[in-house]
Amino acid sequence: MKFKDYYEILGCKKDAGQDDIKRAYRRLARKFHPDVNRDPSAEERFKEIGEAYEVLHDPEKRKAYDRFGSNWKAGQDFEPPPGWDTGFDFGGSRQSSAGTSDFSDFFETLFGGHTFQTDAGPHFGQRTFTAKGQDIRAKIVINLEDSAAGSSRTITLNRTVPEPGGRIVTRPTSLQVTLPKGIIEGQQIRLEGQGSPGHQGPNGDLFLEILFAPHPLFTVRKRDILLTLPVSPWEAALGATIKVPTLGGLVDLKIPPNSQNGRRLRLKGRGLSSKSQSGDQYITLTVMTPPAKTQAQREFYEQMSRIFPFNPRK
Amino acid sequence: MDEHFSTLIIDESTWCSLSEACSLCRVDDERIQEMIREGVLSPSGSSAQEWRFGAQELKRIQIAVRLQRDLGVNLPGAALALDLLDELERLRNLTKNLDITG
Repeated sequence: MKFKDYYEILGCKKDAGQDDIKRAYRRLARKFHPDVNRDPSAEERFKEIGEAYEVLHDPEKRKAYDRFGSNWKAGQDFEPPPGWDTGFDFGGSRQSSAGTSDFSDFFETLFGGHTFQTDAGPHFGQRTFTAKGQDIRAKIVINLEDSAAGSSRTITLNRTVPEPGGRIVTRPTSLQVTLPKGIIEGQQIRLEGQGSPGHQGPNGDLFLEILFAPHPLFTVRKRDILLTLPVSPWEAALGATIKVPTLGGLVDLKIPPNSQNGRRLRLKGRGLSSKSQSGDQYITLTVMTPPAKTQAQREFYEQMSRIFPFNPRK
Repeated sequence: MDEHFSTLIIDESTWCSLSEACSLCRVDDERIQEMIREGVLSPSGSSAQEWRFGAQELKRIQIAVRLQRDLGVNLPGAALALDLLDELERLRNLTKNLDITG
């Protein structure tokens, strides 16, 4: 088990007042809240911040935690000395102020263990003796190809599991999740009963929110795939058939004659299509002009300027 | 690994009634009505019996609940955050568009 420096996590000094702790927590919680911060790593950070606050804002827990002294460094191997919690009682005091459900082993060993966590936070009415477990939300990052063809993914979650005797331990659990064809960023997959365990009630659910990993070629807008395609002046002027990449492989694209830079062409149905919705691929042409390096090339451009009565600014 | 569980995809084809939305988002109907009065949600349908909530609405309910629970903001505060998040999303998409033409 690794030691966690809760003060460092909140960016507070060891002698920080309760107000400072709260202010630091609120500021960090706003910054790293997974609904506000798009970065998938914010989720982990937000959990950590919630855990640190859970300990430090509670005078009893903080006093007990402070007993370990300041010699411990974050990440060091740690076992609590026997009898460290003598004189403290954390039983039943655990509340999900941060809405987090799976605190670290470090936390569970020190402060968890005795209580079941329910969804009955301050805004959910009374705590009842039987309660459905908390819903868990997690983001998963998938590739555009996964959505284009449909795919499956094994995800590993650290889940809290009750052991006989009421102790709660965290344990990695693997789940096989099917990603349906055409699922897009922001959509959710609900896995029933895969959330936190209930207290003599059903388990909570697990909600997976889809995020797309950046793609080297394509950008995506809702169901549409966008691609920038460089073309030569003669391809743009005379028209051409060019093989362009799509998520389903190379496809012949007809460039109409006299196309200008920035022209947008559509490949219908080549986006992220689901059973009920269809997406397209849009290709934006970028006309590149070859540099005139040799004498012959310069003469060719000069010849063009005589043949074409063309002023792009008019 | 071999566990079996039922999955639900929340996408454009999702249309929940008020009671379905309540159970999916784990809130009571009073809370959803409050969000509608606050302008956080606009489900289709003219009466509570006819209301249908799509994926966007469901997500707004979930986010509003989480923001209130985790950050200690009230409903108008959560509503403001939701609107700003939408605006941020719109601007992000706009930038994406600039990247391809520029």
